[in-house]
Order: sequence, then structure tokens, then C-alpha cells
Amino acid sequence: MTATDISVLNSALERLNADESVLRLSETEAEARSGYQPTADDSEPERMIMNMGPQHPSTHGVLRLVLELEGETIRRSKPVIGYLHTGMEKTGENLTYLQGPTNVTRMDYVSPLFTELAFSMATEALLGIEVPERGQWIRMLMTEVNRISSHLLFLATNGMDLGAVGMMIYGWREREETLRFLEAVTGLRMNHNYIRPGGVAADLPGGWEDELTALIDVIPGRLEEFDLLMTGQPIWRGRLQGVGVITAEEAISLGTTGPILRSTGFAWDLRREQPYLYYDQMDFDVIVGTFGDCYDRYAIRLQEIRESIRIIRQIMERMPEGDYKVQDKKVTPPPRARIDESMEALIHHFKIYTEGYKVPEGEVYVAVESPRGELGCYMVSDGEGKPYRMHIREPSFVNLQTLPHLMKDSFLADTVAIISSVDPIMGGVDR
Amino acid sequence: MADDEVTTADESDDEAAPEEASPEEAAPEAAVAEEPEVAEEPEPAPAPPEVEKLHGVPVSYSRGQTVLHPSREEYADLVGTLRDQGYWMCIDLCGVDYLTANAQRTLPATVSPERFEVVVGLLNMTERSRLRIRVQVPAADPTVPTISKIHPGAENPEREAYDLFGIRFDGHPDLTRILMPDDWEGHPLRKDYSVGSIPVQFKEAPTVR
Repeated sequence: MTATDISVLNSALERLNADESVLRLSETEAEARSGYQPTADDSEPERMIMNMGPQHPSTHGVLRLVLELEGETIRRSKPVIGYLHTGMEKTGENLTYLQGPTNVTRMDYVSPLFTELAFSMATEALLGIEVPERGQWIRMLMTEVNRISSHLLFLATNGMDLGAVGMMIYGWREREETLRFLEAVTGLRMNHNYIRPGGVAADLPGGWEDELTALIDVIPGRLEEFDLLMTGQPIWRGRLQGVGVITAEEAISLGTTGPILRSTGFAWDLRREQPYLYYDQMDFDVIVGTFGDCYDRYAIRLQEIRESIRIIRQIMERMPEGDYKVQDKKVTPPPRARIDESMEALIHHFKIYTEGYKVPEGEVYVAVESPRGELGCYMVSDGEGKPYRMHIREPSFVNLQTLPHLMKDSFLADTVAIISSVDPIMGGVDR
Repeated sequence: MADDEVTTADESDDEAAPEEASPEEAAPEAAVAEEPEVAEEPEPAPAPPEVEKLHGVPVSYSRGQTVLHPSREEYADLVGTLRDQGYWMCIDLCGVDYLTANAQRTLPATVSPERFEVVVGLLNMTERSRLRIRVQVPAADPTVPTISKIHPGAENPEREAYDLFGIRFDGHPDLTRILMPDDWEGHPLRKDYSVGSIPVQFKEAPTVR
């Protein structure tokens, strides 16, 4: 870990403010000016504004980049987002706390459990309730499995973007196996709505250990195949090494977290630095890079899958018995079986699912480490049954700001590698 | 309510592990309506005066988290000073519109509530601590100075707050809409922006031919 001091940070800030890598053009201006920019005299080379996306196979959904090119070199650029904006923060203000996870899980659809976790932890902090131990361990287990599936998706798309098309099939296959476990537990491959305020929606199903053991026994071998396929290959290295370089100080100034920050050698992982759940009892390594380039970011994510498997093995050993959700009747609806027997339970169930429960007024910010960096939830309650304001700090949204700096003075052919290494999920970016 | 059952019966869960009858089943919880207790953490030096100050501005504590309440004039300078003191990263910035809030906000006595708030999260990476800044922004003049010169990472969150709340950030290099289309009218996350049954605005789709 580099000892960053304020003078280095200040010079990085000056550099960021001075280097003009961000193209200051609005959407409409960019449209109007796209094409060659004739210069007044011939002293300066011609520059061209080019739109890449939003419909482009390598923009991971609907990211649009406005690039200012000089020949084949990118001088300035700007990510244009919002094509997937559906106002989920506004929607969240109109849903009860119990319905909330259904909404937030659709933000970052590749790692949905993390958003649910941040939302639930914020609600619990406002309520002042403590989730039972087993509930917390299940949360930890499920989010680590989700981290694996998210990183596998990265490996697949990263390979595909760089021409290792076989990798797309392999990454997708492994991810599907991981999602099968998530489906066995939550009932859905994605958009689980599994982690809810007060605990989790259901206990782990019978035989989950066998299923999970089979999964985490098979993945390490596959990772070695990926290593063979990509890590050591000269073409792969040539495409990624030294491309899209960022320093730790620049990353900090840009608010970047997750693998991008760690690729610079700065070991910042909330699971270690500000442990939540029971991560303080887990034995795992925070993977860091050295050069802050695309290759480091690739290698970090590959290695983090191995660390997640290490964590999962420890969780499986120590999974306690007990309740998986809090037994506070203000928050938890009665068990389904009770509804057939007791009218009070029926009324109780009905009230919780229609009105929801009231949450004491206050505001809180809770953060977890998602596969893409710090995922936070800022929640304001005014004492009613719905959040007054629910803001999700999406790592993809913030990390996207590094793109112009990563791409400055690099070749157009490298944009795809760079976008891919930032690993933005547009559902999370646009919310 | 007499339902004190703690079993995990779930109708869809046929193959669940054989459940032992919960030993705590018979324990009737009398305290159903237990007041949720706030997880209090030791606050750093609770000072006796009525308006406690930290870093020269009024401070309050919310669920164990430290919240600073600078005025609009103090705000940018405060963020700059804090950056020099180790709060290197601006982790989050968002707006809040308190137009229809039912409850009174708990603010330090010297801070008068306004309609909008800009909420900034700062992260100290050596001490591993966090600070939150809440700036009151009046509805008549929703303007605050930008901090994107100090934290370039605040640039897009500020654009988002402008887009969704109409809060203007003085000195911002590129204060344009970010999530909504350029020609959108209104600021959707404001509380007086109605939900549903609004005419859908799309950009005038230009014909290709």
C-alpha cells in the first residue's frame, strides 16, 4: 500500500484539473458537431468528434461515448449516460421498506444482492434492529457467491471485448452455474429480492452445502483454465498492459473505489477497512495491483474470485443455527402457516404488506463493498412507512468518471479494453 | 397479537432441512412493541455547550455517524480544509428535498432548515472514518458552490443533483443534465414533481432521410 500524502494528492488534483481530458460538450452539441472539425489554419491537426454508442456491442449496455479524435488518438472524451434511467430513486420513495429491495435489486442487475444488502442495512440502522447471527452469515455467504458471478461476467465480457471470444462462452457457463445456486436459494437467477430489512427472505434450502461445495470445487479448476487461456498469453498481455493507466492519487480524487482503486496498489476494501457483517472474522487477502492498468484490473478480479471462494469455505464451516430474520413483530410478518390459524396473524400480515412498518425519523449512510467498489445507501426517514429519500451511491456511476482520464491519448482500439476494465453496469449507472 | 411462533415454516419449502421444534417456541414475548433502540456509538467528546462544534461548524450525530452543518458560505472552504486534514475522498454527493417531510429535522440550534439539502459524504482513508456534510439550500435561490475543483469525483454527482433537484453548483465546469434528456422540463426528484400521468417527453426524433 502506498503511503499517499497530501502533496502527491494535490499534484494529482492539479493534473486532473489541467489536463482537459473531459470533453465539455452537451449531448445536443455533440450531435451537432460530430464529424471533422476543420481548423482555421494548418498548424494544428484536425480533430473529429465521434459518437460511440449507445448501441454498440462493447459499451456494456447503453453507454455512449463522445470522443474527440486526432487521427486514431483520443484527445478528449465524455461518457453520456441516462439511456437506462428509470427514476428508481423516485420509485423508492413510493414503496414501503418491505417493497424496497424489489426496487433496488434492479439497479445493478449483475450484483443485485449488494444493493439489497446496502438498502437493508440502512433500514436496519434507522430501525435500530439487530439481525440474528444466521441471517448475517447467510447474507455474507450469498453476497460472496454473487461477487463470484459478477466477476465471472466481467471475465466473459472482458474476453469478448478483446477478441477472446471463447472466454465469453466459458465465463458465461461458470456464471450460469453460480446463478444456479443463487436460484436454488432465492428462487430467481437475478433480481432476487432476497436480502430484506430484518434478515433474509428464506432460510437456506436443504442440501445447500452439497450444492455449494460442488460449485466451489469446480470453479478453481476453471480459473486455472482461464489463466491458461488469457493471463499468460502474449497477445492478451499486449492488449492490456500499460493501457488505461491511473495512479492511486488520481483514483482517490475521482472518488473511484473497488478494483480500479486497488489496481493502483492502494489496498482499500471495505470488507477489511470498515468491516460490516462478520468480515472482521474472515481470513482473506485484499488483492492489489501495481501499475493501475487494464491488466491489473483484470488480474485483480480473477484473483478475487479465489478469495471469495476462500471466504465461502470459512462461512460454510461456521454457519450457525438459528433465526434467519429478526423476530421483531413490528418488522417481520408472521409465518405463512400462522395465517391459516390465527386471525390476528392474518391482520398482522395484511398490515405489514399493505401499510408497511414505520421507521423512526433520521438519516443514515451505510456502505458495503460491491464487486465494483463502494456501494452506499443514504436513507432519510420522516417517520412514515416509506423512505423519504433513498439514494444509492452506485460505484459504476462514480467510476465512470475515470474513463476520460484513462482514455486520454490512447488509441481508439483501446477504448473497448478500457471500458471493459472499468466494468460499468449501466443499470447501476443510470438507476 | 398472540403469534409467538418462531418456526421457519414456509409453504414452498418442502425439502427444507428437518426442523427441530424450536425450543424458544413457548416463550411468549410480552414486549412486542419494544421501542427500537438506537445503536449508539461512543460519540467523540460530547461537549456541554448547546451548539457543539467540530471543524468550526455545528455538528450533530445521527445513528452514531458524525454530521457537519456548514452554511453555504463555509461549505466549500470546509471541504477543502477537511481534504488537507485527511478526508481525501468525496465518496458521495446527493440532494434532498424536504418540502413534504412530516417530521421536523433534528438540526443544531443555530442551523435553520431550508427546503433543499446537499448531502456530502467524505472518507478519511488513513483513520478509516467518515464525515457527512449537510448544507441547507433555500428554495428561492438553490445555489451552492461547487466542490468539483477540490474533488473532481464530485462532478457527476453534482450534475445529478442539478438534474434531479435543480440545485445549481456555482463554478461547475459542465453543469448540464446527466440522467434526463437535455430538453427535459422540471426536476424529477423534487417532491412537487408528480409521479405518473405526466406527458412523456421524448426528444424530437430526427429523421434520418
